[in-house]
Amino acid sequence: MLALYSNPGLLSVVRGAVERLTETMGFPAVQCRSITRAVDEAVTNIVRHSYGNRLDQPIAMYFRRAQRREHGEIEHGLEILVCDRGLAIDTNKLRGRPLEEVRPGGLGLHLIRQAMDTVEFTRKGLTNQLRLVKYLPQISNAP
Amino acid sequence: MRILARRRDKTTIFDVSGDIDFANSPEVRQSVLREIRDNRTSRVVVNLSQVHYIDSSGVASLIEGLKASRDLGSRFILIGLSAPAREVLQLSRLTKVFEIYDNEEEALAS
Repeated sequence: MLALYSNPGLLSVVRGAVERLTETMGFPAVQCRSITRAVDEAVTNIVRHSYGNRLDQPIAMYFRRAQRREHGEIEHGLEILVCDRGLAIDTNKLRGRPLEEVRPGGLGLHLIRQAMDTVEFTRKGLTNQLRLVKYLPQISNAP
Repeated sequence: MRILARRRDKTTIFDVSGDIDFANSPEVRQSVLREIRDNRTSRVVVNLSQVHYIDSSGVASLIEGLKASRDLGSRFILIGLSAPAREVLQLSRLTKVFEIYDNEEEALAS
């Protein structure tokens, strides 16, 4: 578990932790970067939208191993829960913008969705919870 | 993150190094827009070769620079994209939107 305040100055700490964790779990370098980017963008969204750029609000992150059965094979991965107690999320605004539009803003959600296998937003009581899951690539045993 | 500006052949080159994230992207945005809008520099180059990380707010700052330069008829160029910077621009489908060169010499000769 990682608990921090909604201070953008701590984003580098989050990235460092997630990058090391994904490396340790055996994700390829490109996926280590994309998962790290997804978590960074998620925390940034919380700071900006959920907490309105206030610096002293709580954010909690939980990391655990995930697994699923896919095509008869067990796949292992990483599940990350990012929780805050800010404003409720308007899920209608969680679409991101079409990439054909060249303008600032709206890219963060696209980068999160691109990186992860599962992206789920829920509101539980006063808590926003973002669930992110990424599975390790299957290693082929074919000759 | 560090951003250093230098002049060469009527061009301003920003050498950016480190991580560009939500904490410091306003500094990139401010530096670039000041050069384009206030100083009216005809060619602004951003060197991303030493950028280890760039988030969506950093990309947004670059898009703002591009738009401001288009509005004023000047040029906004990216050079030396590091692997992380190239990945993010590709994922954002922006590599064909920006004018991009491998290095400073190519950009200045263009």
